Amino acid sequence: MNLLIINGRVVDPSQKLDAKLDVLIEDGRIARVDKKIKSGVDVFDAAGLVVTPGFVDLHTHLREPGQEHKETIATATRAAVAGGYSAVCAMANTVPPNDERAVTEMVVAEAARHGACRVYPIGAVSRGLKGEELAELADLHTAGCVAVSDDGKPVWNAQLMRRALEYCSMLGIPVIAHEEDANLNEGGVMHEGYYSTLLGLAGIPAASEETLVARDVILARLTGAHLHIAHMSTAGAIEVVRRARRAGVNVTCEVTPHHLALTDQSVQSFSTNLKMNPPLRSKEHRQAILEGIADGTVDAIATDHAPHHFDEKNVEFDLAPFGVIGLETAFPVCYDRLVRKKVIALGRLIDLFSCGPARVFNLPGGSLRQGSVGDVTILDLEAQYEAAAPFVSKASNSAFIGEKLQGRAVATIVGGELRYDRRVHAAAAPAKSAAKKKSKR
Amino acid sequence: MNVKKRLLDSARMNRAIRRMAIEVVEKNRGIDDLIIVGIRSRGVPIGERIAKEIEQMENQPVPFGILDITLYRDDLTTIAPQPVVKPTKLPEPIDDKVVVLVDDVLYTGRTIRAALDALIDFGRPRQVMLAVLIDRGHRELPIHADVIGKTVPTDANEVIKVKLTETDDADEVLIMEK
Amino acid sequence: MRTASSALRSKDLLGIEPLSPEEITLILDTAEGFKEVSERPVKKVPALRGQLVINLFMEASTRTRVSFEIAEKRLSADTLNFSASGSSVEKGETLIDTAENLMAMHPDMIVIRHKHPGSPKMLADRLPASVINAGDGAHEHPTQALLDAFTIRERVGRLQGTNISIVGDIAHSRVVRSNIHLLTKMKANVTVAGPPTLLPMDIEKMGVRVVHSLDKAIEGADVIMMLRIQLERQGKLTIPSLREYYNTFGLTPERLRRGKEGLIVMHPGPMNRGVEIASDVADGPWSVILEQVTNGVAVRMAVLYLLGGAHMEGA
Repeated sequence: MNLLIINGRVVDPSQKLDAKLDVLIEDGRIARVDKKIKSGVDVFDAAGLVVTPGFVDLHTHLREPGQEHKETIATATRAAVAGGYSAVCAMANTVPPNDERAVTEMVVAEAARHGACRVYPIGAVSRGLKGEELAELADLHTAGCVAVSDDGKPVWNAQLMRRALEYCSMLGIPVIAHEEDANLNEGGVMHEGYYSTLLGLAGIPAASEETLVARDVILARLTGAHLHIAHMSTAGAIEVVRRARRAGVNVTCEVTPHHLALTDQSVQSFSTNLKMNPPLRSKEHRQAILEGIADGTVDAIATDHAPHHFDEKNVEFDLAPFGVIGLETAFPVCYDRLVRKKVIALGRLIDLFSCGPARVFNLPGGSLRQGSVGDVTILDLEAQYEAAAPFVSKASNSAFIGEKLQGRAVATIVGGELRYDRRVHAAAAPAKSAAKKKSKR
Repeated sequence: MNVKKRLLDSARMNRAIRRMAIEVVEKNRGIDDLIIVGIRSRGVPIGERIAKEIEQMENQPVPFGILDITLYRDDLTTIAPQPVVKPTKLPEPIDDKVVVLVDDVLYTGRTIRAALDALIDFGRPRQVMLAVLIDRGHRELPIHADVIGKTVPTDANEVIKVKLTETDDADEVLIMEK
Repeated sequence: MRTASSALRSKDLLGIEPLSPEEITLILDTAEGFKEVSERPVKKVPALRGQLVINLFMEASTRTRVSFEIAEKRLSADTLNFSASGSSVEKGETLIDTAENLMAMHPDMIVIRHKHPGSPKMLADRLPASVINAGDGAHEHPTQALLDAFTIRERVGRLQGTNISIVGDIAHSRVVRSNIHLLTKMKANVTVAGPPTLLPMDIEKMGVRVVHSLDKAIEGADVIMMLRIQLERQGKLTIPSLREYYNTFGLTPERLRRGKEGLIVMHPGPMNRGVEIASDVADGPWSVILEQVTNGVAVRMAVLYLLGGAHMEGA
C-alpha cells in the first residue's frame, strides 16, 4: 500500500494546490506531497500527467444483486477505476432493493471480494422502494449506508419525505431525492418541448422536476435536514436550489455529464442510448446547468451510471428502459464541455469530480492532504480517442458512442494500490481504441 | 455527340408526315373507327400532326389519344431512378376500333411491345397499326411498322434525334454519332 | 439539394420532414399519372411485377392498410400482410426480430404501421428493403399528408399561399405533423386550432399559427382539416366531455357558412360523427373526404413506384 508518484502536476482544490509535486502514499494514506520526494517504495512516473484526489461518484447503479445480466459489482467497479473513480456510491434500487441490512452487507462483502474501487452503499428511504413506510434507516446506516434514496422513483408522499429527512438528520446522513411528478410525466419518454412535439413522443415537462425540488427544499428548511438532489436537469431546479442555499437551507445537488453535454435535439435520431430519466433537456436548461456549475450552485458531477443489456435497449424508443452508462466517459465529456470550452478551470472540475462529492456525503477522500486516504487519479489531458463499444462496463448503452473525446484517466489508485493502469490495460487489449498517447512531453 | 447528318429538315418532315397521313387513310379505306394514339413523348406531336392532316383531307376530326408506356417497360426493374410517369389519355373506348399507334423512331421494337401491352389493358381493338416517322432497323422483337416516314439504315453506335417545334427548337431529324 | 425532381434521395419514406419541396412535387406529379390507372377497365399495370411488398401492421388500421394493398396490387407487386394479432409478436418477439425474419424472405419493400414513433426508422437503419412509414405513433404519416396535398392541389389548384386550418387533437396526431411539414415546405399558410390541452408544447415553432377558436380557424380558410377525437381522451384531463367538445370545436354547417366561398372540408378518417364533425358537413357539399380516400391509392402507388427501383441501387 505504498506508492510514490513523481513528476506529475498535482491539482488538489481541497488545498488550492496546482503545482509540479510528488505524492507519497504510505500504508494506504497520503504521507507527503512535496517537491522531489525520495523513498524506497514503488514509483509511478507521472511526467506530463495530472495527479488529483481520486474521483468519487455519488450516483452509480451497480445492478447487483438481481440484475447481473446488466452489470455486476465487479464489472461496474472495473469500469469505475477505468474512468478514474476510486469510489462509487451504489444506488438502492437493486432486486431486492437495499432496504435492509442483509442487502447492505451483501453489497459491502461483494465489493470487498471483487470490487476494484471503494463501494459506499446507499440505502432505500422506504421499504421495497414503495414510498409507503420508512425502511430501517438506522440499521442501514450502521451496516454501512452513507445516504438513503428511493432513486428511480420520487418519494411521492410528502409526509414520508418529511419523516425521512427528520430521521436522517439524527443519523447525520443526507436524503437523496429523485425528483419527478409521476402525474405530470404520464407516459413521458423525453423532455417536453419542441422536439417531443416534432417526434410525437410523450413529454416529461421540466415542471415535473421543478415542482418536487421546490417541495423538498421547503421540507429541508422545515426539518433542517440535509437534502441532496440527484441528477438536476432543469433551469427551475437550479434556481430553486441557488436561492435556498442563499437562504441557508442545507441542500446540495449533483448534475450528470449527459445533461450538461447534450440536449433533446439529439433525440431526433431515436437512439435509445439517449433515453434516460430525467431526460435530455432543451438548450436553455443545459445553459442553466452550466451557469449553476460556474457559480457554485452545483456541488458534484455524478454519472447516474445506469447499465442495461443490449437486448433491452434494442427496441422501440418508447419501450426501452431509461438510463445510460457514464463512468468511463464522464471525465473526458466534462473536461471538453466545461474546461476546454472555458466554463470553469481545471481545479473546479476536479472539485466537482472528487472534493465536492466527498464533502457532500462526508466520505473519506476528495483530498491529498497528509493523512487522507491514498486515493489518487492520474489523468492524461492530451489523449485523443473516440468513445466506442465495448466498454469495460458490461453494458454499452452510452450516449457518447462515436464522440471524439480528449483526456482520460491513466491510472487509478485506491488506498495506495494501483487498481487501474491504462498502460497495462492497453497492452493487454491493443485493439480497444486508436488512442494517441502522449505520456512524455 | 457529333451531328453526322441531317436526315430531314422542316419541309421534308412535313411532307413525310402528310404522306404518312394519306397512307393511314388509304390502308384503312377511310377513317371509320379510326383512333390515332401517340406514344409519349415524341409520338404525341407527330400523332397530333397526322390527325390534323387527316382532318384536313377528310373534313372530319379523327379521335386522338396519348399513351404512356413507362409502367410497361421491360427494363423498369433494372434502371434507376424510376422514369417519370404521366397519365394515359384515350378519347373513347378502343374496343373494335382501329388504333394507329404513332411513335418517332422504330428501333429495337421494345417500346412498341410495351405499347401493345398497355393498349390491351384498355380494351380489344379490331386492329392495331403502327406508324413511325423513322425506321432505323436493328429490331430485337418481331415487330414491323405499317406506315413509315423514312427508312434509314444505321449503325448501332448512331443515335437518331427527332426534334419537333412542339417540344424542341426546330423541326428536324439528325443522325448523331456517340 | 438537387433541383431536378426526377428521383427520391432516400431508399425509404420515413416522413415528410426529410423530403425536399422538389421531392414532394415529384410524388404528387407522379400520382397524377397513377390516378388515371385506377379509372381504366383493367386497373393494373406491371410496374412492380416480381417485387414483394410486406405490409407490417403492428397496430389496427383498415383504411391505410387497404389503400396500400390496393396500390400494391394495381402495380402487380406480390403482397403479404402481417399483423400483430395472432402472430409471433403476441409471443413476445421484438420488432427487430420480426422484421429480420421477414427480411430473410427477401421483400423489396416493407410498409409499417406501429404505435411507437421512430419504429420505421429502426427498420430502415437495419434492413436493405425500402421502408415506408404508414404511421408511427404521433410522429408521422407521410402518405396521408401527400394524399391530402394531392387533394388540395386538385381542388384549390395550388398549395402555395393556400390557407389551411387543422382542427382538433393536434397533440396526438401524426397526420398533423406530416401535414405541417408538407404544407409549410410548400409555402401554404397553416393554422392549428383546438383546446390548449390538445395542443403540444412549442407547436408554433413548426411554423404554424395557433388559435383556440373554431370560428377563427374557419375565417379566411380555403381548407378545413378536421381530426378525429379519440374517444378514450374523454375524461383523461384533456377534454371534459365529448358533448362539450362538439359544442366548442364540432364542425357544423352553420359555422361553415360563415367561411369563405368554395371552402373544402377534409378528414383523414375514421370520423366520429357528432363529435368533431356534423353529418351534414361530412356528407355535405364542402366535403372531399371520399376523394381523399380515392387519391390515397394513387399517391401510394406513386410512392411505391418511386421507391420500387431504389433497393436495386448500390447496396
